[in-house]
Amino acid sequence: MSTPAAAAVGGAIRARRRAGSSYRRRDKYLRFVLPALVVIGAVIVFPWVFTVFMSLHDWQVASPRVWVGLDNYANLAGDARFRAAVVRTFVYTLFAVALPVLFGVLAALMFHQEFPLRGFFRGVFILPMIATPVAISLVWAMMFHPQLGVLNFLLSRVGLPPSLWVYAPDTVIPSLVLVETWQWTPLVMLIVLGGLAAMPTEPLESARIDGAGGWRMFWDITLPLTLPFIMVAVVLRTIDALKAFDTIYAITQGGPGTASETVNIYLYLQAFNFFQIGRASAVVVVFFAVILACSFGMLYLRQRARWA
Amino acid sequence: MGVAIPAPALRRTPSVPYRGHRFLRRAGFWIGLLVLLSPAVFVFLWMLSLSLKPDVENTAYPPIFIPRNPTLDNFREIFENSPFGRYAVNSLVVAVASTALSLALGVPAGYGIAKTKANGLAVFVLVSRMTPGLSYLIPWFILFRYLGLNNTLWALIITHLVIGLPITIWVMMGFFEDLHPELEEAALVDGAGIWAAFRDVALPLSRPGMVVAAILAFIFSWNNFIFAVVLAGQETRTLPVAVFNVLTFEQLAWGALAAAALVVTLPVLLLTVFVQRQIVVGMTAGGMKG
Repeated sequence: MSTPAAAAVGGAIRARRRAGSSYRRRDKYLRFVLPALVVIGAVIVFPWVFTVFMSLHDWQVASPRVWVGLDNYANLAGDARFRAAVVRTFVYTLFAVALPVLFGVLAALMFHQEFPLRGFFRGVFILPMIATPVAISLVWAMMFHPQLGVLNFLLSRVGLPPSLWVYAPDTVIPSLVLVETWQWTPLVMLIVLGGLAAMPTEPLESARIDGAGGWRMFWDITLPLTLPFIMVAVVLRTIDALKAFDTIYAITQGGPGTASETVNIYLYLQAFNFFQIGRASAVVVVFFAVILACSFGMLYLRQRARWA
Repeated sequence: MGVAIPAPALRRTPSVPYRGHRFLRRAGFWIGLLVLLSPAVFVFLWMLSLSLKPDVENTAYPPIFIPRNPTLDNFREIFENSPFGRYAVNSLVVAVASTALSLALGVPAGYGIAKTKANGLAVFVLVSRMTPGLSYLIPWFILFRYLGLNNTLWALIITHLVIGLPITIWVMMGFFEDLHPELEEAALVDGAGIWAAFRDVALPLSRPGMVVAAILAFIFSWNNFIFAVVLAGQETRTLPVAVFNVLTFEQLAWGALAAAALVVTLPVLLLTVFVQRQIVVGMTAGGMKG
């Protein structure tokens, strides 16, 4: 009865029916996601919910918690130290985005060209973003030392006056931005390099035939075509710069005084030095809202760039 | 515009009178590359130099770049005067275990999301990836104290899932989306169940993706500082916390500090040398840090 041909037809029909009843199929595939969802629920979602709960209480670990509603948020708004931290974070983020993006685009343009040992040099170039941030931060801390540090020696070599680097309130933020730029320029480079590789070649070819110069071609063709990728890099950098903790904490712990105390450092000190759990949780909630906005911006751009 | 001139002819004409220019441009390019690479190279070489010199040379001014009496004493010191070996084992256990768990949970999840095009789940994964690690710490700290898990390696393994799991799902999702559905359809037509189609067809084909995800999860776990600094006790410290403590207790022992920093970061740097391509793929696809 069942010839091979008939079996094949039957199989095809069954397959189509299975594909047609996409509801049941979808349910079956969601089973693959379930274990991960349970873990994510426990380790990620529970903390989110619990944080909101805590932010509505006055809670100092040892003492019992008291419901205070939105007081923690109101107190934050009135806390000059917190407001200063917000401004500082904003300034830090601005420069920790702009500089890596600028250098990253330049680096991507260089690495987009053909040259000997390109893979090797690219490997060397991305080492800073792979290296353990805390370990590298400590090396920078030694390099920043005003009397014995190698950076002031290098400055003196090119005839510049020495700097106090992370040891003075005026120079601590620029110094930390320097470390962040050193560390994260490679990531921008990689993203923009991906954009350059995906760029269609025809516009450049025809522009060259029309006799356009290198600068014109970059400004009128390369830049607009890679702009979506650059924007992705900008959003990623913004999120990462807002999150910056390891380098700042390892090098200055917010000092001197509070001169490098960003929101992250403020949050850490409130929670784990002063044990102001309620207040720290309120900071987390505000912070989370900002990161969420950036994430959606990132997702929107990712779809537009059809990237990765 | 309209005239069809062969492109090569056009290109050759200007290059002849400008041969000198071209040489200058070449030289300019290599100088630019040198400028671009020197900050990275300098910091790592300086770390190496510090770690191989006795502190007399490390605190000399002007600085001594090439060690006059190279020595491994600094490395000996950190392993003998502190349980650095133990911390290294802790780091390795935490990184390997959390990477393995991330893959076990994240690979099927990535498959499920790719198959059902559950974009809501994808967004959710991305958001959890973007949330600062610091914001999880307070609830965890309280929860783990309640469960008696503080100061155990389990606390670290579980928390490092927060870094490894989303990145694994994100990377695998991309790989499974690119897979040709006909292959699994064929298996399904042959009567295999969904699970078998996943295990026998999709899984072997996505091995490159798993390698990328595993490498990234390992690196981010190895490099993580913030979770361990709060949740680890004396015994369960990982290397990044240990190296941070070298600084706070012996402020001017630069040689030992640099040696410790080098030991911490050397494994991931070596990894970069061997699997650069996978790291580049992963960083641009899942492209964000922990």
